[in-house]
Amino acid sequence: MSNQPLLEVRGLNAWYGESHVLHGVDLDIREGETVTLLGRNGAGKTTTLRAIMGILRRRQGTIRLRGKDLLGLPLHKVAQEGIGYVPEERGIFASLNVAENLMLPPNVSQGGMSIDEIYTLFPNLHERRSSQGTKLSGGEQQMLAIARILRTGARTILLDEPTEGLAPVIIQRIGDVLVELKKRGMTILLVEQNFRFAKKVADRFYLMEDGRMVNSFPGHELDARMDELHEVLGV
Amino acid sequence: MSTIFGIPAPALYGQILIGLINGSFYAMLSLGLAVIFGLLRVINFAHGAQYMLGAFAAYLLLTYAGIGYWPSLFLAPLLVGAVAIVIERFMLRRLYGLDPLYGLLLTFGLALIFEGAFRHWFGAAGKPYAPPAQLTGAMNLGFMFMPIYRGWVVVASLFVCIGTWLLIEKTRLGAYLRAATENATLVQAFGVNVPLLLTLTYGLGAALAALAGVLAAPIYQVSPLMGTNLIIIVFAVVVVGGMGSILGAIVTGYVLGVLEGLTKVFYPEASSIVIFVIMAIVLLVRPAGLFGREE
Repeated sequence: MSNQPLLEVRGLNAWYGESHVLHGVDLDIREGETVTLLGRNGAGKTTTLRAIMGILRRRQGTIRLRGKDLLGLPLHKVAQEGIGYVPEERGIFASLNVAENLMLPPNVSQGGMSIDEIYTLFPNLHERRSSQGTKLSGGEQQMLAIARILRTGARTILLDEPTEGLAPVIIQRIGDVLVELKKRGMTILLVEQNFRFAKKVADRFYLMEDGRMVNSFPGHELDARMDELHEVLGV
Repeated sequence: MSTIFGIPAPALYGQILIGLINGSFYAMLSLGLAVIFGLLRVINFAHGAQYMLGAFAAYLLLTYAGIGYWPSLFLAPLLVGAVAIVIERFMLRRLYGLDPLYGLLLTFGLALIFEGAFRHWFGAAGKPYAPPAQLTGAMNLGFMFMPIYRGWVVVASLFVCIGTWLLIEKTRLGAYLRAATENATLVQAFGVNVPLLLTLTYGLGAALAALAGVLAAPIYQVSPLMGTNLIIIVFAVVVVGGMGSILGAIVTGYVLGVLEGLTKVFYPEASSIVIFVIMAIVLLVRPAGLFGREE
């Protein structure tokens, strides 16, 4: 793992309309690292992902990927730099079946998984390949949303609450997939409320409060900081 | 002479043919409107003017450049599509994300400007535009004589509608369009240049209207108001089919055209309102339209 940050965020401010929601967020992720953002609802975790990706356009600060400034790029150019975004609501297209959802994203760089590789990693999707995307269970939709990004060849993935509302057995399966992606050298920025799940995959944690980064610590310190986290997060 | 429900058969077949021809124009125009609304969420009131511009482009190409019908079938949609791309790039794009009413008002204003300008330059009277020599005359179908040009219009519009449907349903570009109709931001987050897709979609929709205009020129004559007369009916067709539904626009266009033709035979007094009566019923029973998806 390189010590140089792959993704570097400095002094990021963002606004929804007139509402100032991110206040000088700093964040580093090294290549191959999995970093998890923790925080209460409304702390700014999802907003941070959307601002990095460029979905939220009203921003100030610095966002660099491999040293290249992303702030001035339109959304599709950011994606073409090799960043994939999996939204919390999964964004499965109702008018497309599973296979069409998988085939939709264009390759943004070399190394995107083939359909066969995707079906090996997610056998459920192979069985449901002719079903409309919205007929899938929540877990299958989440797998489809992740699989779709893996097709693009993106090596940096922004993943927003992948376990939200899913059964434990599905959460376990998604955790296994993220561990596999880590082995393949993917860089992952994860927003997650489920500590046990995050602990399985995260190398480092950032703690957010009121649109600010208030703390960061390595993954192995999670257990030791649990009381502190419960107090800050109110869980 | 044989009769069907007391109506002379040739009269009935003739009205069905006229209904099919009108339906061909309804289908092509509502198809363009549906494509534009589906992706851009713009109610393109300039569609009738773009249909008129297509007919005028063919007329002007013939009058001033000696370019005939067949090349105009390609050139007129290209020219009108290019004008539409400029409109999208410099005007419509500024209104995305606002209430669709703003797009409607802008395109309504543009329609008035185009129609006013052409009425000022060419007068309100229709200009004759002859069909190509290969398509003149009539064909004896056994049960009626069909003008060859009118048969060509029905066949050509079927090809255009089926081709557009295949483009949208069976190609990767069509998959981008369908997906962007649901969530344009996410499609762009995959790396697809959605702003370019929006521009090309508006250009394609306007080009379809222009193509309908060229096909209509030998039947209805070329007049600055030809689009105004048609666009209200076409909006009704789109509402009945379901706003944004491609299949709905095509099927409803042909069916309502034929129903309008049959009404002319059985109850002529209602022929000019039958489509609007159907629209009112559909809005009451199924507001999303016959082929539209309930939100």
